[in-house]
Amino acid sequence: MGAGAKRYLLLAIAAAAVAAYFSAHFNRYYLGIATDVGINIILAVSLNLINGHTGQFSLGHGGFMAVGAYVAASVTWAMSSALGSPFTGEVVFAIALLIGGLVAAVAGLGVGVPTLRLRGDYLAIVTLGFGEIIRVVLQTTDTLSRNFGDTGFARALENMGGASGMKGIASLTNIGWAFGLAAVTVYVIATVVNSTYGRGFIAVHDDEVAASAMGVNPTRYKVIAFVIGAFFAGIAGGLYAHHKSFLSPGGFDFMKSIDIVVMVILGGMGRTAGVIIAAVVLTLLPEFLRTFADYRMIIYSLLIILLMLLRPQGLFTFGKAPVGKA
Amino acid sequence: MSTIALQLDRVTIRFGGLTALSEVSLEIGDNELVGLIGPNGAGKTTVFNLVTGVYQPTEGTIRFRGEPLADLKPHQITQRGIARTFQNIRLFPSMSVFDNVRTAILLHRTHGLARALWRGRLFTQEETEVEAEAIKLLDIFNLTRFRAEPATSLPYGDQRRLEIVRALATQPKLLLLDEPAAGMNPTEKAELSKLIRRIKDEFQIAVLLVEHDMQVVMGICERIVVLDYGVKIAEGAPGQVRCNPKVIEAYLGDEHVAC
Repeated sequence: MGAGAKRYLLLAIAAAAVAAYFSAHFNRYYLGIATDVGINIILAVSLNLINGHTGQFSLGHGGFMAVGAYVAASVTWAMSSALGSPFTGEVVFAIALLIGGLVAAVAGLGVGVPTLRLRGDYLAIVTLGFGEIIRVVLQTTDTLSRNFGDTGFARALENMGGASGMKGIASLTNIGWAFGLAAVTVYVIATVVNSTYGRGFIAVHDDEVAASAMGVNPTRYKVIAFVIGAFFAGIAGGLYAHHKSFLSPGGFDFMKSIDIVVMVILGGMGRTAGVIIAAVVLTLLPEFLRTFADYRMIIYSLLIILLMLLRPQGLFTFGKAPVGKA
Repeated sequence: MSTIALQLDRVTIRFGGLTALSEVSLEIGDNELVGLIGPNGAGKTTVFNLVTGVYQPTEGTIRFRGEPLADLKPHQITQRGIARTFQNIRLFPSMSVFDNVRTAILLHRTHGLARALWRGRLFTQEETEVEAEAIKLLDIFNLTRFRAEPATSLPYGDQRRLEIVRALATQPKLLLLDEPAAGMNPTEKAELSKLIRRIKDEFQIAVLLVEHDMQVVMGICERIVVLDYGVKIAEGAPGQVRCNPKVIEAYLGDEHVAC
């Protein structure tokens, strides 16, 4: 991918904007699913930076997404209640998404710095614990708000609704936002990884000892991967919040993180194109399997077991060994 | 010998009750080729791991170009100019030959995240320079024809040589080679010997070589240090070391005696 990559990014954003402009003509059900696809591409591609390229097995993506979702929804809520309903426009939404992403990135830094000495299973368990902490805290926001008196912060916490969920979020996400930001995510992660700088992530993934012997600081690269990954998970969360108009803490349990991990594994760890295809397929599949919804997790588990036996390198991997291109 | 590149001053390391190295002192000049030999378990690789920051010495100090290396992390030591190869090859298996070298060049290129994201003119220019540098190094070792191949698909001897290229790409002042001739046939060994000498002269660097092949060690080293059970038992020119009775008893055996 050369310097022309920027052109593809602009093209993709333009296409997403055009699609959004004409979206009134399409079936709302299909549009909703298409938006889900866009959001899941952001989640899967950003998790791929952490789990795939850098090789740090994180199960905290649902947690980062939850942070972004609640923060972004609170920002649009606060701004519309302070400035009146006309101020729920695109600019407010963009600011809300950005703040949601940034707060999630800070959470990524907070989780990353103390836990990155851990490897493999241990890291997975700690990130899983982090996701659960987020969920439990979100379940108690209504009780928590009583500790802050009659402040704006207390009202914002109360508005999150605790276990019963956050309702009435402005419906601002459309197919343009979802795919425009999916394009940005793919661009950022692909360009960073496919540069000399980005070889550091792969080096850490391949062999940490050899990487540090080559002057690569493994901790630094891991933290950067976590921060970038969490940022985009936060953005995806913000999109999700303003797509469904309703958030419940239960929606961000560890099964959500597993869903995203499955997309990354199915697509082939560290292959952006494969992960995008997996995100699309795994978003559409449940829609086709609506009648068997209860068996979805069984099918998932079965898929992963079969995959590990038959295609350990991932389903949608093209070519031979995963060799980075110049 | 002009100035000293690496200096170990009475370095001791203990792992629990085991003393792996005991008061080992060692100096390497800044353009010297020194061999480190000894039987298995003598502590040769431990010396490497101490110098590169994988272990910290229990007692004693290690100085590189006058500065102590205590408490530095491996990547910081590499940044100061010490590069190494590994006894059991540790190339990056999911990368191409070219990318393995590129990763090591990364150290000397300040460009970071922002430039990679923007993909502007500066980025293209820098990536072109990195490529030129990598190809230049690969050319010296005749490995350019493999540039797009996965690193681990190379023949064994070439993988060893690629590890040396990768270490050189960090622009070291001191190169530590851990058994570079292991698993090579006699022709390859002879070529490697020439190559190590050439690297030392062309890049004007110091080399510390751990090797079991006596033809290689005796042929190219200017000075040899012999370890046995974590203790330095001899040091000197190849000719002297070869005739040292202690070395013959501990390591070389009678059949090598040609004094």
